[in-house]
Amino acid sequence: MTGFDFAALSPALPEIILAGGALLLVLIGAIRGDKSEPMINGLASALLLGAGVAVVAGPSQTVTAFNGSFIWDGFAQFLKLLTLGGALIALVMSFDYWKHEKVRRFEYSILVVLATTGMMLMISANDLIALYLGLELQSLALYVIAAIHRDNLRSTEAGLKYFVLGALSSGMLLYGASLVYGYSGTVAFQGIAQSVTGDPAIGLIFGLVFVFAGLSFKVSAVPFHMWTPDVYEGAPTPVTAFFASAPKVAAMAIFVRIAIEAFPEISHQWRQIVVFISIASMFLGAFAAIGQKNIKRLMAYSSIGNVGYMLVGLAAGTPEGVQSVLIYLAIYVVMTLGTFAIILGMRHKNGLVENVDDLAGLSRTSPFMAFVMSMMMFSLAGIPPLAGFFAKFYVFLAAIEAELYLLAVLGVLASVVGAFYYLRIVKIIYFDEPKTTFERLPFELTAVIAVSGLLIVFYGLLPAPVANAAGAAARSLF
Amino acid sequence: MSDWPILSLVTFLPLAGAFFILLIRGEDEASLRNARHIALWTTVLTFLVSLILVVDFDYATSNFQFVEKHPWLGGTIAYHLGVDGISMPFVILTTFLMPICILASWVSVEKRVKEYMIAFLALETLMVGVFCSLDLVLFYLFFEAGLIPMFLIIGIWGGARRIYASFKFFLYTLLGSVLMLLAIMAMYWQAGTTDIPTLMAYDFPLEMQKWLWLAFFASLAVKMPMWPVHTWLPDAHVEAPTAASVILAAVLLKMGGYGFIRFSLPMFPDASEFFAPLVFTLSVIAIVYTSLVALMQEDIKKLIAYSSVAHMGFVTMGIFSLNRQGIDGAMFQMISHGFVSGALFLCVGVVYDRMHTREIAAYGGIVNRMPAYAAVFMVFTMANVGLPGTSGFVGEFLTLAGAFQANTWVAFIATSGVILSACYALWLYRKVVMGELVKPSLKYLTDLTPREIAILAPLVILTILFGVWPDPIFNIMSASVDNLISTSISTASPAIDPAAIAAR
Repeated sequence: MTGFDFAALSPALPEIILAGGALLLVLIGAIRGDKSEPMINGLASALLLGAGVAVVAGPSQTVTAFNGSFIWDGFAQFLKLLTLGGALIALVMSFDYWKHEKVRRFEYSILVVLATTGMMLMISANDLIALYLGLELQSLALYVIAAIHRDNLRSTEAGLKYFVLGALSSGMLLYGASLVYGYSGTVAFQGIAQSVTGDPAIGLIFGLVFVFAGLSFKVSAVPFHMWTPDVYEGAPTPVTAFFASAPKVAAMAIFVRIAIEAFPEISHQWRQIVVFISIASMFLGAFAAIGQKNIKRLMAYSSIGNVGYMLVGLAAGTPEGVQSVLIYLAIYVVMTLGTFAIILGMRHKNGLVENVDDLAGLSRTSPFMAFVMSMMMFSLAGIPPLAGFFAKFYVFLAAIEAELYLLAVLGVLASVVGAFYYLRIVKIIYFDEPKTTFERLPFELTAVIAVSGLLIVFYGLLPAPVANAAGAAARSLF
Repeated sequence: MSDWPILSLVTFLPLAGAFFILLIRGEDEASLRNARHIALWTTVLTFLVSLILVVDFDYATSNFQFVEKHPWLGGTIAYHLGVDGISMPFVILTTFLMPICILASWVSVEKRVKEYMIAFLALETLMVGVFCSLDLVLFYLFFEAGLIPMFLIIGIWGGARRIYASFKFFLYTLLGSVLMLLAIMAMYWQAGTTDIPTLMAYDFPLEMQKWLWLAFFASLAVKMPMWPVHTWLPDAHVEAPTAASVILAAVLLKMGGYGFIRFSLPMFPDASEFFAPLVFTLSVIAIVYTSLVALMQEDIKKLIAYSSVAHMGFVTMGIFSLNRQGIDGAMFQMISHGFVSGALFLCVGVVYDRMHTREIAAYGGIVNRMPAYAAVFMVFTMANVGLPGTSGFVGEFLTLAGAFQANTWVAFIATSGVILSACYALWLYRKVVMGELVKPSLKYLTDLTPREIAILAPLVILTILFGVWPDPIFNIMSASVDNLISTSISTASPAIDPAAIAAR
């Protein structure tokens, strides 16, 4: 054995940047205390940006590292970029919030960076151990972030709930992983794929179900969605924005990867599960959101519904299906961040408000916010020519190709039900009379709102680049 | 001229106007006036540009003209525009009615004028786009996107129950349309393209045709609207501001009939024949039932809305009689109904602006105060009834003639609808216009203003002109209808020998 080969680690360069940088930031924070918060915020953003550059500059072919535990391919590149982008924007959106709340904790940015590191590892996980390590790194950081507002009852409650339920789901995942290992004799995805063919043992099916249940938890798909509304509502709003964007991408990524790479031969087995949780998520998201008064809670149900639509693409299990999931994720992250930027802008003199009714008459008091918000809502409802329509278009196109007609019909019907509550928000914004006015938006929120609004409205003019990139990324899995 | 993207220009010119209105700052009187003028001149300019289409149109061919094609969504889904004799009249109808709608909203819309004008201009872009699209996905995009401005127009500037009406309009239409979207996807995987001209020539298996036909029917029947999914229309009409009612009746409803002629007949000819009895049944029920319902209305707009549903029954009946007269008649009926029903809603708007009520009982004897108005209203009432000499007659007669060939009983029952339409329309006219002027609130009514005359005069002229001389419209569409019948229908149903009919 010769010296350590550093070049072999190069596929993991973005993760190394993030992990090393985070440790450095902890050091700075520990030495200089909470007054170093602005500096750490800036450095953390720079770290995410730097990791993004490293991802863009990454190798163009598929390579593995750490004895095959870690894989770098087009799929990982696309999703890592999306994760980093989501995390960075969510982090930037939080600065103004903490200033207003007079909470100065340098740990927040660092935990965001660490959670993002976990997500990146998940996306690149190529065996069950790496998957679990990435997942736990992400989850532990997220539990703390949910409770970061430690003097606030709701925030701590959200953190605790998230922790208890998340730990349960991790346990299920681990149990499933051990069964899969026991019956296939390996933890590597490719190895599992080779040994699991045709008619698998019942124990392996059990393992598969538990693994999928654990992952459903992480993407908040029905029936493992219960934590989502409470955590979304209770966590500080920028944290919710973060939860709704980057972790969703990572969890969805590993869901797709494990289904396609580890169990390609028994897709008829897992397809039933995915079809069921997809239908259940779409309908629960659509119906449960109707009665919501709190906008964060409403967005929680909206995200449950959206996960249902993404799973439609996964259920297809074809390259087109995976491509549609990737397109959906990209558009969904933009829509979510834009919407949460507006929610973060719902600030009265006495602080942030989060009731749907507080948006009443926004079109009179702030036409810009009102326009973008209603476009986000129409887009989430899947109305053309907005980006959300194309997202749904691709997933249903894939479902029709895979001849999942019932799933497609139920899916579009759920989207009509869902349109009702999105329209309700548009109605409140445009048809109702204004009650109060919001404070001026800080610059970074204005920028996020404007950019996301432009992307959503004008996506239809040039849809091909995202679709092509997603298509290339999807093909690297097959 | 031919290498000029003239259809894109007609389609997107209104959006440019909307952009300029967006740049106007302030809420004072001058900026509102600017917004109105920009909207008016944009729509007038769009109409003038669209007239180039008429001038350059080649009457002899059934091919798509002014074609533009650019890659768009990847794969075979392209930005593909073009018009033929079937879509052209609708494009002109849309661009012709828009300036009238803007003028009709000149004073009646007082709040949020800029937003109103922007919504209308965006709506025009989307409506023209629907009729110009030669790609199903592009068509769907324009078709559905039109819901957004209409939803806002009804919801913001509508009447008392505007929120209920706007939601009902939106969700009904969306529910039908999403099924059509799935059918479009299925066609994409089957035929490998969403290009409309290619799909028109494609032969779908019969079993698949039936499902696709039903999915398209779900969307088009709601849009049309056919009984029993028509209930959104009266609500939307009653609550919408005048100009939106005009657009709704004149253009949006026509998308349903256009869809049947453009997609259902040529792409699913066998299924169209198979389902023709279903359409006949629903059409006849619509004609008789909604005419009876119209008789019982107390609200002027609601009455006209129900009469629209009945008239659209004639259209669907004509289309699915699957012969020359029926389709010609249906096309003509749609165009004619476009300006007749639009004009009727404008007439309601005229008195509504003065009295702020649409109750039939609140009026009576206004001929004494508004003679010119009474005359204009008379013309449109008669056209609505289908009096010979007005454009309403031509379409109704031809659809009935077409239906008679296909099924005598259908024609028989539908004809009774003509009588019923005379009942409700003349009853309405008598209640509102004729009689003694006894109600004190009506004592100070003033007759039509020059602006209102300018709005209604072109419609009066066209109604009578096309009533006595329908050739201009028939000439435009004859080549395309010929082609439609020879390529899709004659293969499906045995052609009727004209000599045999003459011999009977």
